[in-house]
Amino acid sequence: MAHVEGQQHPIGIYLKIWGLLFVLSTASYLVDYFNFEGYLRWSLIIVFMLLKAGLIVSVFMHMLWERLALVYVVVVPPVLLLVLLGIGALEADYTFFTRGIFFGAE
Amino acid sequence: MTPPVLTSTGDALPRPEGLPGIVADLSSDQRAFKNVPWGKAMMWIFLVSDTFIFSCFLISYMTVRMSTTVPWPDPSEVFALTIAGHHIPLILIAIMTFILISSSGTMAMAVRFGYLKDRKTTFILLLITAALGASFVGMQAFEWTKLIVEDGVRPWGNPMGAAQFGSTFFMITGFHGTHVTIGVIFLIITAIKVIRGDLDNGRPGFMTGRKGKYEIVEIMGLYWHFVDLVWVFIFAVFYLW
Repeated sequence: MAHVEGQQHPIGIYLKIWGLLFVLSTASYLVDYFNFEGYLRWSLIIVFMLLKAGLIVSVFMHMLWERLALVYVVVVPPVLLLVLLGIGALEADYTFFTRGIFFGAE
Repeated sequence: MTPPVLTSTGDALPRPEGLPGIVADLSSDQRAFKNVPWGKAMMWIFLVSDTFIFSCFLISYMTVRMSTTVPWPDPSEVFALTIAGHHIPLILIAIMTFILISSSGTMAMAVRFGYLKDRKTTFILLLITAALGASFVGMQAFEWTKLIVEDGVRPWGNPMGAAQFGSTFFMITGFHGTHVTIGVIFLIITAIKVIRGDLDNGRPGFMTGRKGKYEIVEIMGLYWHFVDLVWVFIFAVFYLW
């Protein structure tokens, strides 16, 4: 890559990823269409979501070919959001619980 | 007076790979991101900040949805359409998803043809991307109209269930739609620059003295793929939950 300007990759890889994204989107739509429920639904939705996100970031946004310093600066900070996600879930559970106490007895 | 003897400062140091490479790059003099133009590094940093904004919206949405004691409206039914007599759940959203993914595909190819200095193909691919983006916004406008006029969804309540549905829906999809709209405008601007040859002649843009280069197509692409990326998450957690 040293003598090439910017990111240049064979067109085939974009078409393959495009096709894969179509397949994954169809799959996640079918999860809803066939009315999967419970943990099966959730694990399928999250797996397809993360696969699609990974493909877009790594190939379309060229993260696969960037130097690690840029990759880490971009990818590591959003991991902090898991903490916010956890706090949000805890808080929501508590709010639901207290609402159950105050409004449930009506 | 003898002229001072020039000493060789040597060649550039080799760049280590892996974890030592990260440390060396980030602690190095002058620039941390060695082989990317600064415009691209800045776009990435903007996208990280945008990630946090969208995540705040999505996590707040999760929090209000988990904590409400009123049943949430079923998105599968709310966004169903009847086409040619068939009642198909969530079909509009599925079409919007495919449109946005396709626009990401054409954008990725535009970046490639840009670096090959193929002006015409880049121009056409950028315009296709913009057209797909515009049709996405159009379908979103249709979706909003249906929800507001026919279903009576308001930010403060709706006839189908939890009041939080409207507020989170309009906030999240509205903010995303705004991003798409801004993206379409900049795609058209970039396309005009490409076809006019600004990026070959190094003509500066209207707000900057910086010379035009084909890296702006890639930077535009980063933004556009990010918009698609956000939609992946919205599609999964808002429409499929």
